[in-house]
Amino acid sequence: MPPVSSRAILLSALAAGTLFGFGLALSTMVQPEVILQFLLLNNMGLLLVLAGAAGTTAIAYALLPHLMQRPVFAPDFKKHAAILKAPTLIGAAIFGSGWVLSGVCPGPAIAGLGTGNWPLLLSVAGLLLGAWIHGRFVAKP
Amino acid sequence: MHTLAHWFPLGWRHFLFGGICIGLGVSLLFALTGFIGGISSTYSAALSWLSTFPYFHREALVSKRSWLMMYALGLFAGAVLFTFTLGHGHAFITRVPLWRLFAGGILAGFGARMSGGCTSGHGICGVASGQLPSILAVLIFLTTAILTAHLVRALGGF
Repeated sequence: MPPVSSRAILLSALAAGTLFGFGLALSTMVQPEVILQFLLLNNMGLLLVLAGAAGTTAIAYALLPHLMQRPVFAPDFKKHAAILKAPTLIGAAIFGSGWVLSGVCPGPAIAGLGTGNWPLLLSVAGLLLGAWIHGRFVAKP
Repeated sequence: MHTLAHWFPLGWRHFLFGGICIGLGVSLLFALTGFIGGISSTYSAALSWLSTFPYFHREALVSKRSWLMMYALGLFAGAVLFTFTLGHGHAFITRVPLWRLFAGGILAGFGARMSGGCTSGHGICGVASGQLPSILAVLIFLTTAILTAHLVRALGGF
């Protein structure tokens, strides 16, 4: 990362996160009750959120590298690199079992605090602890 | 007969527009920085400051922890912005018991890091770039959560 652009990078991340957080609050994904309604298949709103978000992002990921030589403040476009191996799938099942217990996933835990939903501090603490347990005892460097 | 109101008892517009807004955030990050904007990495970034354990001080993590923290700060700021504009200043306080918020967080935090992504990293970024592992991960966490929810309801929970 060229140091000259680091402030621009930080402000870009702040602006992008702000749009993301606004969308999470608008779509009520910050309300665990709405997530739990979906998981009981009483309200399909979450699928619309995922479709709207992934659809918009798919267009950007497909088109921007052709429309722009490089990102505005960085030398190259990164690629999402998920790996097809057992931990990816087992981890997803563990994630799902935690998600159904709390109705909270990592983004909404942070954004929810911005809607005054203070009990989500416990979710943030739990998410940090879970990520720490993984990094400290399970992950291989 | 299943109507729109049956599947979307709380309406559908705010879900779709909110989702597009989320996608625009991830797209803006990509256009300006080229980065892929999953959220669970922000927890690893925070741990690089909170823990001295070597795993949380890998070059790959430390090199991006500053922008990840700003991304997380933006999530909070965006929700505050919503609350004082379209949200008319109304706070929402969940009634989910505190122990469930905490215990669910531990499992979800562990699982997301083991899996290499969560609802945003796999669900939005991975699906948007057509990554098979991410698509499988999304199907697995949705299925696990939906089946568990129904099982718990059948056993008298919720």
